[in-house]
Amino acid sequence: MACSPTRNPFTHPETAAVGVSVEGLSKSFGRIEVLKNITLSVEPGEIFVLMGPSGSGKSVLLKHIVGLEKPTTGRVLVDGRDASSEETRGQVRMALVFQSGALFNSLSVYDNLALYPREHQVADEATIREKVMRALQILSLEGAANKFPAELSGGMKKRVAIARGLVMEPQLMLYDEPTSELDPVMSATITEIIATLKDEYHVTSIVVAHDRELALGIADRVGILMEGELVSLGTPAELHAPKDPRVAEFLYPKIDLKNPRFKKLET
Amino acid sequence: MHQLTAILEGIGSTVQLLFRAASYTPSLWRQRARFIEQCYLIGYTTLPIVAILSFFIGSVLALQAGYSMSNFGAKQFIGSLVGLSMARELGPVMAAILLAGRVGSAIAAELASMKVYQEIDALETMNIPPAKLLVLPRLAAVLVMMPVLAIIADLVGWFGGAIISKYTQSIAIEPEAYFSVLRRFMVFKDVLNGLIKAEVFGFAIVLVCCNIGLNTRGGPREIGAAVTRAVVVSLILILVLDYFVTKALL
Repeated sequence: MACSPTRNPFTHPETAAVGVSVEGLSKSFGRIEVLKNITLSVEPGEIFVLMGPSGSGKSVLLKHIVGLEKPTTGRVLVDGRDASSEETRGQVRMALVFQSGALFNSLSVYDNLALYPREHQVADEATIREKVMRALQILSLEGAANKFPAELSGGMKKRVAIARGLVMEPQLMLYDEPTSELDPVMSATITEIIATLKDEYHVTSIVVAHDRELALGIADRVGILMEGELVSLGTPAELHAPKDPRVAEFLYPKIDLKNPRFKKLET
Repeated sequence: MHQLTAILEGIGSTVQLLFRAASYTPSLWRQRARFIEQCYLIGYTTLPIVAILSFFIGSVLALQAGYSMSNFGAKQFIGSLVGLSMARELGPVMAAILLAGRVGSAIAAELASMKVYQEIDALETMNIPPAKLLVLPRLAAVLVMMPVLAIIADLVGWFGGAIISKYTQSIAIEPEAYFSVLRRFMVFKDVLNGLIKAEVFGFAIVLVCCNIGLNTRGGPREIGAAVTRAVVVSLILILVLDYFVTKALL
């Protein structure tokens, strides 16, 4: 996704990527323990990919980082501040790209992107227009500015959600399964966008994904969650030959038609 | 016990939402476009149904009053009965019931849908409080539009009663006589009490429906459940508040 060499309207002189520190985080919903004593840190400017089977607690961990959930025990710090505190959201610009996009259905694509700068009065309308159109251009969405979310395809919704995050000029950008439900080419496009944004805007990125190509292709480090536990944390190179058999099975599952998994489960 | 806890939690979260929304009042001028849009949705789109219903309520009141009062030769007082009933009780109550059914349900459905489809979460991560963006303009709009709806309900109800009184053979009271009695037995306080009631009902309905919508959890099925809950709670609230506000204003 080539970006024109024009002036970048996003770069704030005072903007700096922020680090994230998760310390002994556990979360229970009723009697179900979804996260079990998770400890990890993400460095400023890093692309950290969180992988794991469905229901392993990845999205819940993401919600703790943006302060949408409060820990049962432990804590999450963003730039050294408590993520569950409302003040932190005012002090650190965080953008979360939801799995569903979570676009505002009653607003056009343009107004979806312009909502944050308008509400926070960070710029005049001309500057907001410049930022919004630039974000749409980066995501190849110039023609969709006046459309409503209901008129967009799944891939376009994801790109609009990323563009909306970009307009916020975030210090921390989180993606919840940005390539799910997309065709391979669109997945590759989104993966390239995430990597490009990191290079261009020096933002810390935390990506929840099932997509092995995405994780190994762009991550600085990869964490693997299984049943609420962080079972592996390392660089993509270290994951090419994982020692833990559960991680190996998750990352490189073999299709064995003579001895299928569901038959093993039945016995 | 579980239900009692749920009711107390509901009251607590509603009061909390009220204070949160009130704390953003200085931002209302910047949100004037949303405020005007909500005035249109709450006031203008509800107006026709309020007018139609009030006309027939005024008419039925006149008919019933004519039927019972003519037995003891008091049918000339129909105007005062319809006037007082509409202004003090039926105008605000009917406007509130229609507001709950038409606007309250729409608010609950919209906010519940936004909650279920993570739009509310998206707002929170953007540090845009839903109480400021979604609740405050609606509360301000209902405060402005509810007295208007109540006054229209009163006026149309009075005229409904006047028309029926004139054209029903057993009553046959001219509009001049009808309105003359209405004016003689009514004071400004009667209308004012009705407007205060309407204001209280409208504010409570919008606040409760916003709170129920914003606290919806689960999938799309919960959106329907939230709408039903919002309308039922609003209707109960109208009647409970009606008693206490009437007692306080007497």
